[in-house]
Amino acid sequence: MIDPRKEFMAQLRRYQMGSVSRRHFLGVTGLGTAMAVMGAAMPGLLPRKAYAGNIGDKVSLATWPNYHDPKDFEKFKELTGADVEVSVFGSNEEFLAKLQAGGTGWDVFVPTNYTVSTHADLGLIEPLDLAKIPNYDIAAQDAKLIGEGTVKGTVYGAAKDWGTTGFAVNTAKVKENPTTWKEFWDLTRGAYSGRVTVHDYQLTTIGNALKYYGYSFNSNDEKELADAEKLLLEAKPHLFAITSDYQPAFRNGDAWLGICWTGDGKQLHRDIPEIIYVLGKEGGEVWTDFYAIPKSAPNREGGYALVNFLLDPAVNATEVQFHGQPSTDSRTNKLLPPEMLNDPIMYPAADLLSALEFGSAATFTNPARAEILARFKAA
Amino acid sequence: MARARKWDWTAILLMSPSFAIFLALLVLPIIVVLVLSFGERAEAGGYEAAFTLAQYANLPARWAAFRNTLSLAPTGTILCLLAAYPLAYFLAVKASPRSKLLLLILVIVPFWTSFLIRTYAWIFILGGKGIPALLDWVGIPDVRLINTPFAVLLGIVYAYLPLMVFPIFVSLEKLDKRLLEASEDLGASPWATFRQVTLPLSAPGVATGCMLVFILLMGEYLIPALLGGGKVFFIGNALVDLFLQSRNWPFGSAVAVSLVAIMLVTVTLYLRLTLNRRGFRDQSMV
Repeated sequence: MIDPRKEFMAQLRRYQMGSVSRRHFLGVTGLGTAMAVMGAAMPGLLPRKAYAGNIGDKVSLATWPNYHDPKDFEKFKELTGADVEVSVFGSNEEFLAKLQAGGTGWDVFVPTNYTVSTHADLGLIEPLDLAKIPNYDIAAQDAKLIGEGTVKGTVYGAAKDWGTTGFAVNTAKVKENPTTWKEFWDLTRGAYSGRVTVHDYQLTTIGNALKYYGYSFNSNDEKELADAEKLLLEAKPHLFAITSDYQPAFRNGDAWLGICWTGDGKQLHRDIPEIIYVLGKEGGEVWTDFYAIPKSAPNREGGYALVNFLLDPAVNATEVQFHGQPSTDSRTNKLLPPEMLNDPIMYPAADLLSALEFGSAATFTNPARAEILARFKAA
Repeated sequence: MARARKWDWTAILLMSPSFAIFLALLVLPIIVVLVLSFGERAEAGGYEAAFTLAQYANLPARWAAFRNTLSLAPTGTILCLLAAYPLAYFLAVKASPRSKLLLLILVIVPFWTSFLIRTYAWIFILGGKGIPALLDWVGIPDVRLINTPFAVLLGIVYAYLPLMVFPIFVSLEKLDKRLLEASEDLGASPWATFRQVTLPLSAPGVATGCMLVFILLMGEYLIPALLGGGKVFFIGNALVDLFLQSRNWPFGSAVAVSLVAIMLVTVTLYLRLTLNRRGFRDQSMV
């Protein structure tokens, strides 16, 4: 058997000596411009060293479920010698709670747009040293989507990908073809009682209950929130589950309708074509996830190295094809197969997008909203 | 007796590691939780020093969680007992020595797998493509099992059964079989023998098993979260939400302190009740 490391080095030598083309080299190694990262592992091979010093043997990443291609971590290990230690979380509140409590040991984590300013204000994350993330080219990003990575003029988050919050419909079972949040909640309390899931997450579950009345997804108005709570309490006996891990319920055929994020919608649709992803016409949420480095990161250099590796357009393109969330990076989009770029789940029509709102920091931190979700769950 | 007690340095030295562990991992955290419970939630979540009883006044907001735990924990304990006693009885009294070993191993084997994985497996057994599909096939359509209180109770009995079986098994195993023969010789029916001899003599095992299961159930979090679909809410789930979602540490601490208080009262009453009963006094059970 060929040792992949040795094979890689052999290819690299041939490339350096000019006996194979750059394209062949990239094709054989599948690395794209991730070569920059090799500076750490094989110093002296590259004209420009991407990282100063050794990044150690372990980088700790806190992220979301089904959000990275494990093969990319293997590549990172090959290049740098560092293992990526992944822990998975289901809500932004958990990221914040763990960082506030201290001692997480995370080098990188993945907060959503509306939480970056809270983390920055509490001094939990550090301003990004963009020189250490040469692969993050701000000019190549979709400016509409990355605004909240910057707090008061300082960049704290490097955009990972973006997406929307809509609902999944199993069209083999649900014949009404719902296109609005009004229909979603009416069907929940009607024909599809016992077949519906909602997120175990205040921002989206309350936000989309607010959309039933046509209120803002971000409303913190007492009366409007009271209306949303009333709707949620009415819907509760009709729900199959309150969970952010709803793919198994859809795959098992237990759930037919449910609040859903882009990536889950894409993954479900890919495997079970009759499950489709719908954006409510009234609007709802659009979001961007960012890579951020905690101030408490034990291996800061490793964290930067990992972010830079994952944001390499070639690596990012394999990531996108794995998790199904659209990229903010035009260079990454160029590397994606056209059927992905034309996929209405990942890149929805402009008129549907324009109705969507970014979640706000005030919505995220509002204790009244947290309490409403708790009452809803305990009811 | 009357002699002044001398410090027994050997005993103190031997005790000090466990004393230190209890102090660092049990007593100090409880004090921290107690202090936090009188504080206030900081603006961005967490804790802000204060002295207020507001958190305790707010406890009724988690009434449903207390109600669910205080009803499902005893129910689960009793169901565990009903399922475990016949099994323990069979293992200790009826099974041949050879099959006894095999059966005991079978009871233990599931412990070799992660509790999380075993509970996750039930999601598929109880889910739409599991038992309900089978029932549908034999002509009973539309049965829902997963994400119901029933599923949670089933998960509880499944997970905690060995904890109930072993104490009962041990007390039945120790039981002097000649007493059963004597009872039979004196003309007692099998039922009377069971009721008047076997059951009272196995009572310490029953009491220990019930206490083990009940205490653990009061703090249960995973089974309701996985098999209840987030709809069956225990105090454990309320606590996780308060610390990890709302980041309301003071209220979370107040709920935790209340849970500890309820457990202390219940367990004390339970011990008094069981220890004072005739025939219990000389049995060391705790």
